[in-house]
Amino acid sequence: MGARTVADMNPQGERWTAEQVLALAPDATSRTAGGKLAAAGKWSGAGAHGRAVWGLCSGSGSKPYQTVVDLNGPGYRCSCPSRKFPCKHALGLLLLWTSGEGGVPAGGEPPEWAGQWLGDRRERAEKLAAGARDGGPGPGGGTGDGAGKGGSGAAADPEAARRRAERRTQRIAAGATELERRLADLLRDGLASADRAGYGAWDETAARMIDAQAPGLEARVRELTAIPSSGPGWPARLLEECALAHLLNQGFLHLDGLPEKLAATTRTRVGLTTPVAELLATEGTVRDRWLVLGRQDGTDGRLTTRRIWLRGERTHRMALLLSFSAPGQSPELALPVGLVLDADLAYYPAARPLRAAIGPRHEGAAEAAPPVAPPAAEGCEVPGAPEGCDVETALAAYGAALGEDPWLDGWPVVLTDVVPVPGDDGWQLADERSGSALPVDPRCAWRTDLWQLMAISGGGPVTVFGECGHRGFSPITTWDPTAVSLIGTAAQGGTR
Amino acid sequence: MTITTPVASSTSTAPTAPTAPWDDLVAAALLGTERRTPPVVPRPGQDVPSALLDAAALSTVRRRAGLRPAPARPGPDRAPEDPRPALPAAARSRLALLLADRSAPGRGGSRSAPDLAELLPQWLALANHHSYRVPDALLPALLDAARARTDLRAEALTLGGPRALWLARLNPDWKFALRGTAGRASASLPEPPGAATAPDEEQRLWGEGLFAERVSLLAAARHRDPAAGLALLSGTWSTERAEDRLMFLDSLRDDLSPSDEPFLEQSLSDRSRNVRATAAELLSALPDSALAARMAERSRGCVSLTADEPTADGLTAKGSTGDGLTGKGPTGDGLTGEGPTGDGLTADGLTAKGPTGYGLTDKRPTGDGPTPKGPTGDGLTPKGPTGDGLTADELAASERTPRIAVRPPDECDSGMQRDGVVPKPPSGRGERSWWLGQLVEATPLDRWTEWFGGRGPAEIVALPVADGWQADLHAAWCRAAVRQRSAEWCRALLGTPAVAPVTAGEAAPAAWRDPAKLLSALPARERAEWVAEFIASHGLSDAFRLLGVCAVPWAEPLGRAVVDALDIARDAGSYPWSFSGVMGLAERCLDPTQADRLEVLTAIPDEREGAAPGAGGYWAEAFQRLVGTLRLREAMRAELDPS
Repeated sequence: MGARTVADMNPQGERWTAEQVLALAPDATSRTAGGKLAAAGKWSGAGAHGRAVWGLCSGSGSKPYQTVVDLNGPGYRCSCPSRKFPCKHALGLLLLWTSGEGGVPAGGEPPEWAGQWLGDRRERAEKLAAGARDGGPGPGGGTGDGAGKGGSGAAADPEAARRRAERRTQRIAAGATELERRLADLLRDGLASADRAGYGAWDETAARMIDAQAPGLEARVRELTAIPSSGPGWPARLLEECALAHLLNQGFLHLDGLPEKLAATTRTRVGLTTPVAELLATEGTVRDRWLVLGRQDGTDGRLTTRRIWLRGERTHRMALLLSFSAPGQSPELALPVGLVLDADLAYYPAARPLRAAIGPRHEGAAEAAPPVAPPAAEGCEVPGAPEGCDVETALAAYGAALGEDPWLDGWPVVLTDVVPVPGDDGWQLADERSGSALPVDPRCAWRTDLWQLMAISGGGPVTVFGECGHRGFSPITTWDPTAVSLIGTAAQGGTR
Repeated sequence: MTITTPVASSTSTAPTAPTAPWDDLVAAALLGTERRTPPVVPRPGQDVPSALLDAAALSTVRRRAGLRPAPARPGPDRAPEDPRPALPAAARSRLALLLADRSAPGRGGSRSAPDLAELLPQWLALANHHSYRVPDALLPALLDAARARTDLRAEALTLGGPRALWLARLNPDWKFALRGTAGRASASLPEPPGAATAPDEEQRLWGEGLFAERVSLLAAARHRDPAAGLALLSGTWSTERAEDRLMFLDSLRDDLSPSDEPFLEQSLSDRSRNVRATAAELLSALPDSALAARMAERSRGCVSLTADEPTADGLTAKGSTGDGLTGKGPTGDGLTGEGPTGDGLTADGLTAKGPTGYGLTDKRPTGDGPTPKGPTGDGLTPKGPTGDGLTADELAASERTPRIAVRPPDECDSGMQRDGVVPKPPSGRGERSWWLGQLVEATPLDRWTEWFGGRGPAEIVALPVADGWQADLHAAWCRAAVRQRSAEWCRALLGTPAVAPVTAGEAAPAAWRDPAKLLSALPARERAEWVAEFIASHGLSDAFRLLGVCAVPWAEPLGRAVVDALDIARDAGSYPWSFSGVMGLAERCLDPTQADRLEVLTAIPDEREGAAPGAGGYWAEAFQRLVGTLRLREAMRAELDPS
């Protein structure tokens, strides 16, 4: 199979690697099962056209499963009963496709069952892109934006929507006031009492924040409860987090006095979000060729949160896409690390914009752009590591961002020429030239993929993407020189 | 806070609110503002806790924004260069898959899906054959896999190369990599990493390196220049620990040459018994060594051809005194009466008792071989009792054909012990037959031709052996043939597959053989042919071990024979899991090009009368898996092909 065919199949030159496909798997079992299904013998009527891949997989039943994947997103559909998402059939099909052995011939039109779904999907995406009134669960669509979410009803009756929003603001304000009281009590009695009181009292407070429809506050309360058992130095950490919660409460209670952007940040931090459709329709979008720098899945037990970090080639802006799913499923948004996509992003309004929603992607535009010219079958990964900064600059970037959003725990940066140094009291990323180093976030210390980073470095300097924050640096991606995702097993963090 | 050091956190002057030292804020917060007044000034209308939180928030954000890098600790040394080529992209993904499957064990998939974990050893061997190096990113997973499965270690560490050892040194979880040998190490690589090192560097690494590094260095040096390797070893020999000496000595085996003899001879006087035994074993594999000559001399005194004395049998048949073969004849007399029964019992004993773990033979006769009843009597007068045990025909035959007479050694003297003969037999074995076995085993096989009138191995093996010593003698010959890698002797001892024992339980005279071991000394093609014929004659039930020693992929006609036998088994109506062992081997060992031919077997046949219920479906499933695995292996092979 030559490069010509690849280009035919993928207007964006987007032929994924098996690693990229495997990275979509919701868990190790699916990865394995998918790998086993990546054999030509398992599939019939398989094909690929444009950005769609489809095929029939013989399963245990008499009727083969119909599997179709839309590489936009990507999105999957399969007639199997699996609740995994994507299911092993979708993974197997994609793996077979990536192998390029002819198991999934290019060209040809999708069969009806696939074509219909693809058509529906595309239609939805176009509507979304056009900022149509019915947003639907588009990519990057957040949860927890309950009452604030603009449905068709809201658009029909803006007055009702406004009233709803007002009611919610009042409830959150009530929640913030209650949390203020709770924090004041804690400080009056002393943090030492938090250690003794245990979880019960705080659980109740957290529940009250849910009632107040303030998921941002709830998450903070839950973090507070965990700190007393987090090891030496906890009182200082607890005071820090109490103080930041207090700052957030005060900010929300005095929203009117804040500059517009800071007010937006405050609202977001509390848990109010802007619906994607509205965002794409009202906010200006930024078009660029976005490099996928990293991906991280985290779960708080109820929800799987996927973070995808992008950086614009032209604008050099960082962007964070969030998507959510129920536990055990893989969030729909699954851009593989190393991919470059030409797309419009809409940043959520904030004093320090980072989170964004992805708008329409510009197919075929990549060919017009400066050629990355990868050899066939290597996909459109950018060869080599992206440019980055040194340790000092990374900390400065975090410091600068903090000036605009005091609640930031970290800021995404690409570090160049750092050497991982393991040690009994934690890992470091050391800059040999300046003799300075960033400690690795102690919460990452158990992660086995730090050893992967070590192996890739071979004791020499590497490029690492991650979040630089007050706890240190948490590595997410490195390059060898193709992108290697270091987050396979992270299970930390709720919404931040 | 983290290890990063805040810059002048609390001392810097903020333009606005008066700043309190952070520690004072924490102290007040910890004790409670009721008990300790924090160093803050509340705004009008503000309570003290809120003022404390205000100050804390300010301080927190300021300190976080002013974080400074920590001083860098000294990092580990750079990993050594690995000049081997990187894996092709597809092979890299494949390895990731195979390793991922390992971490998610359990047959989650259907029964017809290939078992990836079983393919890992093959993949590693193939990748090493092409001298690839593992992608660095997969090194931790590879080391984890090797940690969990010892059968992967040698190949995994070879693939991992110097960087694997470098990495293992940094993580205690991978200690095993430094402890064990590096397996075949770099010996099989065309361009071993160690080969490039200068002599000085080599000498330094040999002197200071980790054990695994040293083993691999020795193997590489030996491979390049056996004498130089030996010189390396003898330089430090006296200072090595006993267990290291044993391992190093053992590593000489692969490139053993006559020039090693002086060193090995010297090692016969080593302090460690295991080292001595290994040295003796290695020497006996050198047919021209002095040790081999000494052993041959001893053997010759024990085993002889009595070609020209046909009448002796007749004369002693009725139990008269054994003749001049033994110097200690007299005691034999009284016992000859028991001879026949003794022999009969022995024959039974050979089969009734199970195998012992000794030596090469699976179905080793327990008890004392030919001397269970009267160690002195039978053993000393070999001619006497046999006459009784023979039928008239045999007797007649024995009068015409020469026979081998055996007189085992009387004692294990210090000379024998120095040459590696272990004086104490395992329980259940008579010591004299035990000694005999060790002597014959260490005797160069071509001596027998010399001593037995120029007869070739086949003729010698066909010679009758007196007094039921055949099992002992042939077993020893088998071990010698395997150790000395004598294809001719192995072939002779194997015989033809059609008459080979089907089960070890029957035909006691054949129980001394271990065809699998003998086969291993034959050329690959001949091995495949022998086993193919064996399967054609006896089916698959006893073929498992034999198949295990055949070269992968199975050469024709072996592959065809196995497939046919499976097909026959299916038609006979049995269930596939009765053949799961062979099936598993076939998945790993059949030539992948057989996949197309096997495709027809994956269809579910109509249920036939008399067949086990549902068996057809299960067989189809098993064959699907077989075909799937073969295709996968073909894909793996193609992915690794550098061209």
